[in-house]
Amino acid sequence: MPKNKDLKKILVIGSGPIVIGQAAEFDYAGTQACQALKEEGIEVVLINSNPATIMTDTHMADRVYIEPITLDFVAQIIRQERPDGLLPTLGGQTGLNMAVELARAGILEQEGVRLLGTQLSAIERAEDRDQFRALMQELGQPIPESTIVTSVEAAVGFADEIGYPLIVRPAYTLGGTGGGIATNEKELREIVDNGLRYSPIGQCLIEKSIAGMKEIEYEVMRDSADNCIVVCNMENVDPVGIHTGDSIVVAPSQTLSDREYQMLRAASIEIIRALKIEGGCNIQFALDPYSYKYYVIEVNPRVSRSSALASKATGYPIAKMAAKIAIGYTLDEIINPVTGRTYACFEPAIDYVVTKIPRWPFDKFTTANRSLGTQMKATGEVMAIGRTFEESLQKAVRSLEIGAYRLHLPGTELLDEATLRERLVKADDERLFLVAEAFRRGWRLTEVQELTKIDWWFLDKIKGLVAFEDVIRREPVLTAETLREAKRLGFADRAVAELRREGGAKDLITEKEVRQFRLAHGIRPVYKMVDTCAAEFEATTPYFYSTYETENEVPHGDKPKVIVLGSGPIRIGQGIEFDYSTVHAVWAIREAGYEAIVINNNPETVSTDFNTSDRLYFEPLFFEDVMNVIEQEQPVGVIVQFGGQTAINLAGPLAEAGVRILGTSLESIDAAEDRKKFEALLRRLGIPQPKGATVTSVDEAVDAARALGYPVLVRPSYVLGGRAMEIVYSDEELLEYMREAVRAHSEHPVLIDRYMFGKEIEIDAVCDGETVLIPGIMEHVERAGVHSGDSIAVYPPQTLSEDVKRQAVDMTLRIARELKVVGLVNIQFVVWQDQVYVIEVNPRSSRTVPFLSKVTGVPMAKLATQAILGVKLADLGYRDGLWPEDEYVSVKVPVFSFAKLRRVDPTLTPEMKSTGEVMGRDRLFAKALYKGLLGSGMKIPDSGTIIATVADKDKEEAVEILRGFYNLGYKLVATGGTADALERAGLRVQRVKKLSEGSPNIIDMIRAGQAHIVVNTLTRGRTPERDGFRIRREAVEHGIVVLTSLDTARALLHMLQALRFSSEPMPAFHEPAPARGTAVGEPTAL
Amino acid sequence: MQARLLLEDGTLFTGRSFGAEGTTIGEVVFNTGMTGYQEALSDPSYCGQILTMTYPLIGNYGVNRDDFERMRPFVAGFVVRRHEPVPSNWRAQVPVDAMLKEYGIVGISDIDTRMLTRILRQNGTMKGLLTTENASVEELMERLRATEVPRDQVARTSTRETYICPGDGERIVLIDYGSKNGILRELIRRGCHVIVVPHDTTADEILRLDPDGVQLSNGPGDPKDVPYAVETIRQLLGKVPIFGVCFGHQLLALACGADTEKLKFGHRGGNHPVKDLETGRCIITSQNHGYAVRAESVEGTDLVITQINNNDKTVEGLRHRRYPAFSVQYHPEAMPGPSDSNSLFDKFLEMIREHKRSHPELPRQVQFAQAREGELQHAKK
Repeated sequence: MPKNKDLKKILVIGSGPIVIGQAAEFDYAGTQACQALKEEGIEVVLINSNPATIMTDTHMADRVYIEPITLDFVAQIIRQERPDGLLPTLGGQTGLNMAVELARAGILEQEGVRLLGTQLSAIERAEDRDQFRALMQELGQPIPESTIVTSVEAAVGFADEIGYPLIVRPAYTLGGTGGGIATNEKELREIVDNGLRYSPIGQCLIEKSIAGMKEIEYEVMRDSADNCIVVCNMENVDPVGIHTGDSIVVAPSQTLSDREYQMLRAASIEIIRALKIEGGCNIQFALDPYSYKYYVIEVNPRVSRSSALASKATGYPIAKMAAKIAIGYTLDEIINPVTGRTYACFEPAIDYVVTKIPRWPFDKFTTANRSLGTQMKATGEVMAIGRTFEESLQKAVRSLEIGAYRLHLPGTELLDEATLRERLVKADDERLFLVAEAFRRGWRLTEVQELTKIDWWFLDKIKGLVAFEDVIRREPVLTAETLREAKRLGFADRAVAELRREGGAKDLITEKEVRQFRLAHGIRPVYKMVDTCAAEFEATTPYFYSTYETENEVPHGDKPKVIVLGSGPIRIGQGIEFDYSTVHAVWAIREAGYEAIVINNNPETVSTDFNTSDRLYFEPLFFEDVMNVIEQEQPVGVIVQFGGQTAINLAGPLAEAGVRILGTSLESIDAAEDRKKFEALLRRLGIPQPKGATVTSVDEAVDAARALGYPVLVRPSYVLGGRAMEIVYSDEELLEYMREAVRAHSEHPVLIDRYMFGKEIEIDAVCDGETVLIPGIMEHVERAGVHSGDSIAVYPPQTLSEDVKRQAVDMTLRIARELKVVGLVNIQFVVWQDQVYVIEVNPRSSRTVPFLSKVTGVPMAKLATQAILGVKLADLGYRDGLWPEDEYVSVKVPVFSFAKLRRVDPTLTPEMKSTGEVMGRDRLFAKALYKGLLGSGMKIPDSGTIIATVADKDKEEAVEILRGFYNLGYKLVATGGTADALERAGLRVQRVKKLSEGSPNIIDMIRAGQAHIVVNTLTRGRTPERDGFRIRREAVEHGIVVLTSLDTARALLHMLQALRFSSEPMPAFHEPAPARGTAVGEPTAL
Repeated sequence: MQARLLLEDGTLFTGRSFGAEGTTIGEVVFNTGMTGYQEALSDPSYCGQILTMTYPLIGNYGVNRDDFERMRPFVAGFVVRRHEPVPSNWRAQVPVDAMLKEYGIVGISDIDTRMLTRILRQNGTMKGLLTTENASVEELMERLRATEVPRDQVARTSTRETYICPGDGERIVLIDYGSKNGILRELIRRGCHVIVVPHDTTADEILRLDPDGVQLSNGPGDPKDVPYAVETIRQLLGKVPIFGVCFGHQLLALACGADTEKLKFGHRGGNHPVKDLETGRCIITSQNHGYAVRAESVEGTDLVITQINNNDKTVEGLRHRRYPAFSVQYHPEAMPGPSDSNSLFDKFLEMIREHKRSHPELPRQVQFAQAREGELQHAKK
């Protein structure tokens, strides 16, 4: 029972959809919290709008609400459930903000709900800039000179006094949304204007820039008895000025002496005590590299991304402990779950180096502004553990999956000196590799330090690695001694081989050769345990990392083992959905009596919680590292189908090395992924697919496109998340695409398909090689042309005919059987003139598995795993075909992070852009959609102004949709052509100038807050494209609804129509009807 | 150059030499602090021991002039996974390697220090031989077996002469059994007038200095090796307020009739949780000790256990029932480690003031006058 006996039922608020700055770490935290509370016999009620999470599985809490995290919905749940307490500190900024809203609205008091963990006053003192400053001054903790502004003019006034550069931080935003560094008045005006809008309370902090100082973080915990501990400190390799979420971070700190370490530790404890936080807290400091001078930068009075990292870095489960503390336990009475014999009141000692590197989405968003600043841009991160910084760093690099497996990014050698210098100063996502490049060019350490402000220590290590590359290159015959040293520095076999080739060596020039040589000389990694105590106490944590030393600590088990490969860092197209399936697979494997072993490198996830599996290897998902674990564990086989493309890509090399791939065979995977084989397969089955061609040259492309007829869909082969996919309408556009997008993929052919503007549907099925279970069909709101991950998906389908459903089901059965799928398969279709065509088959777990599992109640990943382990679906009582449809309607709505990514076009295209998803579920489609849109953060105005500017080809369709809005009472504003079309249709419209027509124009209107919805479709051609882009960006940055697909607009309209009470004038009295009337009972004229 | 570390149980580690060349023998112990190697190296409590740091990267911030806990390092040998030749910190003056060379301390790097730690944890602290010589393992083992762990570390580390650190506040006699500078620093910081005396100073000599309080320092080795020190404390008890730290805590226990014992592998690091039995609070402390007070032995003495280690429940704090005396097993002066318990020095000074309040003395001139009167009356008779 909980320490506090009054707490019988607790409401936990999740963090909602994955957006930049708030990712899978809160699923990890929330899941831990729910488990910790349930352990204590507390009834847990959970609200989270994100269906792709483990925490929203119905067994995680006693009652799970997948509803929008808005005041109305949460209040309704509180009234319904009557919880005793509310735990808001594990749901990121979303959870915290919600708690503040609930408290301010008086709902907590009204309903007698206690705020647990952190009191409202503490949240306010940490988050409100004014109060925070006052508190720091009271404590005598230094903070940079700053001021709070609520207007741009006030900011400029402060700048006149203090000078530039200045940092702008909007209050109450996550991931530093809307913030930035201003070096002049123009920039300041822009950033502050932006920041004021993003801050829910219209407040910005303007502070003197302390960029260049060391950025140090402390993760602190405190309990109700005022016991305090520091779980971990971390040092950002990138100095202050770059958001910690965008910084390379190491744990523990490397360049702080004990005195500095203890000085900041003492400050952290003083702060958490003053805030009276009961739970976890993250405190960020700037430390002068030349003195003891420091500043407190930020305090997060909650579990954060950094605390997830600290938990994985030390083994100390912060979220779990925070939950226990919230219900009254004190640290000295909670057992440390890692050792099982010591207590949670201690400070982890680590005996390795942890490196975190962010994963940025710039491979997808090639036009985005890549420079890094105070606004976070990374979608995910990787973590690696080593016994030296070099080993840890290089393992992290090859975990990134960005085509680099040592400190070398192809192409950096081509940069001219000036560019290199500039990019070292103005950091971007590739700076780590640019630093290495600078050293390759012989730049001096001091010079690079001056440019980057990165501490000498880190630079020296990078320099050392570059120097060692030369050793590998130049040794006439590579000795075992040198190779051993290379391994201890973290060099991958593949990197060694590459360096040998570069050095013109004759020996050891392939990865395979290096590997054989290495094994022949007995150079194998050992595995060390992450135990929170540097081996001081015996521990049984099943959490390991590799290193090249003497003693191996992995225990030997008798049970047969199965290895599951995780999906690596979260990125666009490969999100938390894959971790969800991975975790379910692991559970199913354990249930089946095997030892489940996970290999993954993402510190944010549930799969890397060492409690999830029998053994966790925190290792790169890189052939060599995976193979080493396989050799260590000798598993029955490896499951690759839950880890997204990351794991699928490893299937081939692993199979070649003799590893057994469990589930769908490699041949079948290949048959689905290889265009030619796939076409042959469909032909054999007589299943139609959009006509297409595979080309390897520009000329072939033009010929093929002309033969198919424009528009065509072009994309490189082997892709995930629709990378570099585009619809082109002319030769000109095709040539441009072939020039720009495909160059990077010259080794792969380009696929050209006829583009059918039809309805898209999607099916995920489970198959054991015989029975094909189809839990459900999802219908997309947006027609083909919008990436399936960016479409609103509806289950069950709302507009499909029985015949279309039958066709899709039938095709699924045939394809799954033909491919002998064992496990999961995802198939995407397009419906064109009542004929179903297959677009794509993915013989693996997909993005929609968690959603579909939840709405149908079919535990798909679990069943798939059982099938993989040899269980027959028929024996479990499942039959071929479509599972009965649910009476509720569920809608999956994508969520984007456009506000955080400057220069990214919010237009929906075949390229995936969303970072997360929410679910809306209700009896009616309109209500479900409403919830979904609300949950996605859309502010749906009941009335207001719609600005429309649409392409000519869309005008006819757009007019009808806009008429609907008009009839609901919305005011229409449009530019030239669109306005003409609306007027012709008899609608009253206010004209607004295009950008080229001077001021006040459409953008001025948006800026002035006079628009509530923008409907804008993509117009081809340079100027309109650029104008459209500016309009869309402006709308996104002002938090206005932007609809770039008419299908979304129509769905929104239908929703509003359905939800709106009709206000119709009373019908007039019935006059005797003319002869053509057919009223009942009336005599019909003969 | 190659260096080897041979343990009593026969385990041999081969790594690289750093610091001085040569051979050294000592008890091998590990410290789990992630920072603070300079303070540990110069902490006299490690005198004669071969110190292993469990954190793999040592020397990152170099060695500076401020962080020595004594004029020189006292360890017999130093074992790390990797030492940093290019330190980065604004206070760094030399790399660790150079410092070890300067003081002739043998070091070994590039060995599996986690494996070593696990051996020590499982089998307990043991003797080890660290060498850069080329002798055979058999020969080394013979030398290792033949060498006794020294028992004179206190004499080796204590000051030989009494010296004074003047101040305006309380007059404290600090008995130096191998004291860290930190203790002195904390007393001076509070304005105390500190007289540091050698370990073998007698009670009479100390009382002649008329202290307001006596601070017992930390120190190396087994407290039972210095029976004279125990006797001194026994005589001081009740006459003057006493505060013992670490070794001083163990001596206080012995002086009150309790017993000490050797721990399997000791407590060395900056993350040890200590629970105060009187307040219920748990704090994180800096520790370095291989011996501890036996909890059962406290029963029947005038001591009360005030604090225990929250993990292994060993005795961390004692208080005398009748006399103004208390002690802690850990290091409230920190350096290295957390300073959460720093206020114990204030508590000591408060105890001194309280003692004075409860033992009021007549002003000296009155005492003199009374004494004179007494003499006169005596003379009359």
